[in-house]
Amino acid sequence: MNMHNISWVRQDIVAPSPRPPGQGGVMDWVRKNLFNGWVSSLLTVASVMAIAWGVMAIAPWLGNSVWHAGSLSECRQILDGAPGACWGVIRDRWTQLLFGFYPTALYWRPMLAFVLLFAALAPILFRGLPQRALWFSAVYPGLAFWLIWGGSLWLPVSIYLGFAVATGLFSIAVRSGVGLAATAAIVGAALWWLYATPALVEIATDTAPILLVPVTSRELGGFLLSIVIGVSGIALSLPLGILLALGRRSGLPLIRMLSVTFIEFIRGVPLITLLFTASLLLNYFLPPGTSFDLILRVVIMVTLFASAYMAEVIRGGLAALPRGQYEAAGALGLDYWKAQRLVILPQALKISIPGIVNSFIGLFKDTTLVMFIGLLDPIALAAAIRANTNWQGIYWELFIFIGAVFFVFCFGMSRYSQYLEQRLRTDHRWEECA
Amino acid sequence: MAITSGAQRQAFHLNMLFNDARYRARTIQVIAFCILVLAAGWLIDNTVRNLAALGKDFSFGFLWSTAGYDIAPHSIDYSSASTHARAALVGLLNTLIVAAMACVTATILGVFAGVLRLSNNWIVARLMTVYVESFRNIPALLWIIVVAAMSESMPAPSAFRGEHPQASMLFFDSIAVTNRGIYLPVPDFARSLGQLPAALGSLDVNYVAICALLVLAFLAHRTVLRHAERVQSVSGERPSTWWKSLCIFVLLLFGLLYALGFHFDYPALKGLNFTGGLQLRNAFIALWIGLSVYTGAFIAEIVRSGILAISRGQSEAAHALGLTPARTMRLVILPQALRIIIPPMISQFLNITKNTSLGLAVGYMDLRSTLGGITINQTGRELEGMLLMMLIYVSISLAISGVMNVYNGRARLKER
Repeated sequence: MNMHNISWVRQDIVAPSPRPPGQGGVMDWVRKNLFNGWVSSLLTVASVMAIAWGVMAIAPWLGNSVWHAGSLSECRQILDGAPGACWGVIRDRWTQLLFGFYPTALYWRPMLAFVLLFAALAPILFRGLPQRALWFSAVYPGLAFWLIWGGSLWLPVSIYLGFAVATGLFSIAVRSGVGLAATAAIVGAALWWLYATPALVEIATDTAPILLVPVTSRELGGFLLSIVIGVSGIALSLPLGILLALGRRSGLPLIRMLSVTFIEFIRGVPLITLLFTASLLLNYFLPPGTSFDLILRVVIMVTLFASAYMAEVIRGGLAALPRGQYEAAGALGLDYWKAQRLVILPQALKISIPGIVNSFIGLFKDTTLVMFIGLLDPIALAAAIRANTNWQGIYWELFIFIGAVFFVFCFGMSRYSQYLEQRLRTDHRWEECA
Repeated sequence: MAITSGAQRQAFHLNMLFNDARYRARTIQVIAFCILVLAAGWLIDNTVRNLAALGKDFSFGFLWSTAGYDIAPHSIDYSSASTHARAALVGLLNTLIVAAMACVTATILGVFAGVLRLSNNWIVARLMTVYVESFRNIPALLWIIVVAAMSESMPAPSAFRGEHPQASMLFFDSIAVTNRGIYLPVPDFARSLGQLPAALGSLDVNYVAICALLVLAFLAHRTVLRHAERVQSVSGERPSTWWKSLCIFVLLLFGLLYALGFHFDYPALKGLNFTGGLQLRNAFIALWIGLSVYTGAFIAEIVRSGILAISRGQSEAAHALGLTPARTMRLVILPQALRIIIPPMISQFLNITKNTSLGLAVGYMDLRSTLGGITINQTGRELEGMLLMMLIYVSISLAISGVMNVYNGRARLKER
């Protein structure tokens, strides 16, 4: 058919006409996004006023910042009555806020441990690194312990040897049943740690003394303490949380009951009460005469606390998996642990990533509570700095510094969880349309 | 009964306990039970031996001895001559009061911030994002201490004195914000109905009367609505009801308040300090505001994700049915969004209740500071005191999760 003969069909292309006046451009954007109706206009005006008020209140204070001052009175002298921030306190005490009372000459050790932390985390956090790098991640906890607390290298080495003993016993006994092998491994490792470790450490230290200057737990403080408690709590609470979640969904009534009791009890009490239990009551529950490090007690309590929350998050992920996955794993002939490890947990953990990271962030923020049992976390150190006559009466500069550091860590973690969610998204879900 | 099948008479050997599915579940549970009993026995034995070594016994008798310390805000009668048990009760009430207040303000703040974060208004949405991200990522303890530092930097009561005072009261001389706390006007009754002795103190009859009246007004309002419904079903015209309901509430309430001689008792500067009115202490303000703004950020995220979770199709369907936007919200969106929002919100309320124990940092006399603090220090009963305190906290949280379970049961989608 020849369209050119039809009179109502246009023969030439219409030239694009300019957009109507008032569409597009800055003014249009402002009208659509700031003054779209009277409610919106009101909100815009209110927000602008609030921002202006905030800036007016803070700008002169920030603008007159004093960086070089040895005390608050010196700051006030320099400022001469004008409002101004006295950042001299941060300049003077930032190492204390980061390390507590850690010996100044040994700052390189926690710094090195912190840098190595990223090397250890890299193969876990990001793809595309060789699997062999995971060995370093496994060695890292012992190395970091040795770097931070010092002492003999042979202590962490001998603790690692305990794991080797457990693995050896397990592989020998596995032929006569997994249960027996696991029991043998646990008992063997416990015996090793209780009886062989002290002797071994003594002998090895005498023959080959690889020593670092020991640092006591009292000297640890500031963000170093927060990070030590936070990182060990995070690393330990995830596996424990997975076990508790599996226990809560287990078919064995006793195991289920124990898990539920534990989770509900821990979730029902504030962390402070658990920390006070660690500092006040633990001596009642242990054999007379035992006492061990306060930081270790705190790490145990924080881990137990976080693992109960973690268990609930992971239970949500397990519940969200369709039944078909469990049935398919069973149909393939996988036993319970293989089904969990290969089919169920990879999917359930993926679903629960946002919740898991939220628990991590909560745990890291909760490390500030250790100030109540006399450990020097950043907030307690801020009070300690204020107790010094030089810096009596200084609040905001310290709070802003501490808040900013916490914000960087926590915000970083939440951004990473969003990246992880994107990376692990394997289904073809509809993109959420705004 | 003898087992006859040859396959089942297979000789029993120890490995079958672990490898045979018939026995394994029981074996594991028996082992777990043994470990549990051994661990519990070990702990109890240690505790008994440690207590004996310290010359202590295990008894809750200390609860009935005189406390001997003061508790600053007490909502029921309390003096230093009261017992430790009563001190614990006062602390518990203080915990519950600040928790309830913080729950209310955090919810209001969170709902506003969550809804505004979804707003089309660019600047408001950005502002709310900044609020949520900054408050969520900084510890609650720091916020509480910051609010405490702020309220301590307010003018002293003496600044309100003189011809040209440096500070002045807000809202027509009714509210004074000082470094000793905030003074608010408090309702008072000229022709009071008096107090009624009750189980744990005394009950103000005036407030009982007001509550009863409100219930009555609500019942009357229900009657008006039901009448309107009947008229609508007969004639198809719905009579307007809002002014009738308003009349019922306003007339009844104002009538009663007038009869009781309702007026406000304003704070006034007398000597070095304000007297009269209600004093909100700094510790209370710090804990209340700190927890509210911190938890408000979490509630904002819950509200936002709850609203986002309702697919667009729902509101489009409602519009297609001819529902107005307000009714779409009330009848279609909200009932579905609330089902998603309320369970995590209740767990945030639980968090607030537990976080009130952070009041320790600013000296708020809650359950932890009374029973778990001064009482323990005075009597040396750490074990009993901590156990009792944990038990109380667990009961509170179990009660709240019980409410949540009831709600979840009722709100669950009724599936076939």
